[in-house]
Amino acid sequence: MSLYRAETRRLSKRRFTRLFVVLVLLVLGLLAAGTAYSYQKVTPAALAAAQADAERDFQEQVKFAEQEKERCVQAPAEFGGSCDELWVPVREDYRAENYMPSPFDFRESFPDMVITFAALLALVAFIIGASFVGAEWNSGGMMNLLLWRPQRLQVLATKLSALIVWLFGLTVLTGAAWTGLFWLIATFRGTTARMTPGVWQSIGLTGLRGLGLVLVAGAIGFGIASIGRHTAAALGAVLAVAVVFQFGLGVVLELAKVKFAQAYLLPYWILAWMYKSTEVIDDNAPCDFSVTTGCEQPVFTITWQLAGAVFLLVTTIIVGAAMWTIRRRDIT
Amino acid sequence: MTAVLEISGLRKTYRGRKGVRKALDGFDMVVEAGQVHGFLGPNGSGKTTTLRTLLGLIKPNDGRMTILGQEVPRHLPQVAGLVGAIVESPQFFGNFSAETTLSLLADAGGVNPHRVPAVLELVGLRDRAKDRVKTYSLGMKQRLAVASALLKEPKLLILDEPANGLDPGGIREMRTLMADLAASGMTVLLSSHILGEIQLICDSVTIISAGRRVAAGSVSEVLASHTSATVKVRLEPGVDLPGAVAILRAAGAVIPSLEKDHFTVGNATNPAQITKLLAEKQIYVSELTPVSADLEDVFLKLTGTAPVDGANRQVDQVAAETQGGWGQ
Ligand SMILES: Nc1ncnc2c1ncn2[C@@H]1O[C@H](COP(=O)(O)OP(=O)(O)O)[C@@H](O)[C@H]1O
Ligand SMILES: [Mg+2]
Repeated sequence: MSLYRAETRRLSKRRFTRLFVVLVLLVLGLLAAGTAYSYQKVTPAALAAAQADAERDFQEQVKFAEQEKERCVQAPAEFGGSCDELWVPVREDYRAENYMPSPFDFRESFPDMVITFAALLALVAFIIGASFVGAEWNSGGMMNLLLWRPQRLQVLATKLSALIVWLFGLTVLTGAAWTGLFWLIATFRGTTARMTPGVWQSIGLTGLRGLGLVLVAGAIGFGIASIGRHTAAALGAVLAVAVVFQFGLGVVLELAKVKFAQAYLLPYWILAWMYKSTEVIDDNAPCDFSVTTGCEQPVFTITWQLAGAVFLLVTTIIVGAAMWTIRRRDIT
Repeated sequence: MTAVLEISGLRKTYRGRKGVRKALDGFDMVVEAGQVHGFLGPNGSGKTTTLRTLLGLIKPNDGRMTILGQEVPRHLPQVAGLVGAIVESPQFFGNFSAETTLSLLADAGGVNPHRVPAVLELVGLRDRAKDRVKTYSLGMKQRLAVASALLKEPKLLILDEPANGLDPGGIREMRTLMADLAASGMTVLLSSHILGEIQLICDSVTIISAGRRVAAGSVSEVLASHTSATVKVRLEPGVDLPGAVAILRAAGAVIPSLEKDHFTVGNATNPAQITKLLAEKQIYVSELTPVSADLEDVFLKLTGTAPVDGANRQVDQVAAETQGGWGQ
């Protein structure tokens, strides 16, 4: 227990951790501010102003069309001989909605905001997790700690638990703040209508899946950095995965005409996990032509259950490898 | 006396890209309670490897080790709280202050946090305790390391080259500190290649060379059993010095130096033999003084690392020890 407390303290005392927490709060704040700025509530005054704007525009266009018509009547040759085909503005084209910012609809737009939030926090969790153990290995702090607590597995597991619990707390706290913030935005710059318990439940489940994504990212960053004994190991691994796997592999799979090439790319799995499912279309398959629906290619659906199982498996393998290596290696 | 630390037959082979390297080759060591024990050896002889193995950081290929009567590494968790150690200029996370570093260690090891200011005071870091470790000099980091080892009030204190980077004042303070600690009943194991230090403060020593023990015992025992037994011989004025040297050489004496008024005999384990041989030829000795050897001589001789004119010794190169006396 004392070790757990020490590790939690170490994590929150690190400048790196604090810097990234501040950064993530800053980015979230900017996103919220931008959203608040670009939406507006439908007040009678705003509606009246927009209607006036629309009316004025319409009248201007009508006047312009009449002038054109007069010129046409005087010199029809310039207008192609006939004045009947000249454009005449129609009132329906000048709607008040187009003359004012739209309101923020909580029910419509908040789920996307939850996913944005989860993706951002997962990124930060990965970096914080990697640096937490990477810097310790790199600076020799890990060796010092092992002189005090010679149980290697216990030390690494305690460090990881401290990280996971800390990330859990961070995500829950900032997630609550994020929800509150957008509720305020919707209240003052939009609408919170149609929020049935079912909608709340769906948002809650999305939030839970987001939390899972954050914790998995943290654990994977921690695991890779511990195996490589360096923060850069984890960051390098991610870069390698991004470049080699996502771009390189994408191209190779495409060229090789592999079935469902996109199913090998990580973003699709993250999307599937967050949006409950993603469809991957096999572009290379001959299409299944039918008279009613046209060309139909085979579709592979990645469900959130499948994506979750894959993430869990990968995390287990990486963390297990980290545990296995710390057990065996010489610490010099 | 009881042994606080016992090592026997320790073997460690490092496997690297360039094949295997035997760092320890059947090494033995015994440290008695309440002593300051010097652990001597040239660079690369295996001192740090021994200490790392002892502390469970690396796995030996063979051998037995006990600390405070407990077999390690199996029972290391039980004794870890009683062993304070620094291994090879220890590194700390640079962005934490000395105070934070120690308080985190105290937390992790379940040590009373009130000891943190006490040990910082003890090693002379009180005024810099709130600065980041990154801003410390080598000597200050070394002091911090000693502070971290003292934090848990250990029964056995293991220090790997603690004088590294310390100024002369710091070395003297370290010496006093260790004497005080030993007086309070702590056993101190001190690895070093600085012999003056060891001779001044250690009760006993173990000398290691190429992964093997080449000498062990109290400082005086080691000095006595391995001195080269050199004596300086001065004869009555006007006596034929080269003639006397020839007589002794004929009897097997080694004469490393012949000066205008005296010469030395390098292998005089029994100096009476010199007076006897010369008196038989009516040559009388006016002065016969043993040339005292110090630990450095013994060390250089045992580890075969004495410098040779015109040759650059390489770290792994050790000469075979030359033994044998004359005149017994
Ligand atoms: N991590 C390692 N990998 C390979 N060889 C090593 C390693 N650490 C030490 N050695 C080798 O083991 C021998 C003993 O080293 P060490 O115990 O550090 O010596 P000392 O501390 O006495 O100077 C040296 O030859 C050194 O090169
Ligand atoms: Mg060393």
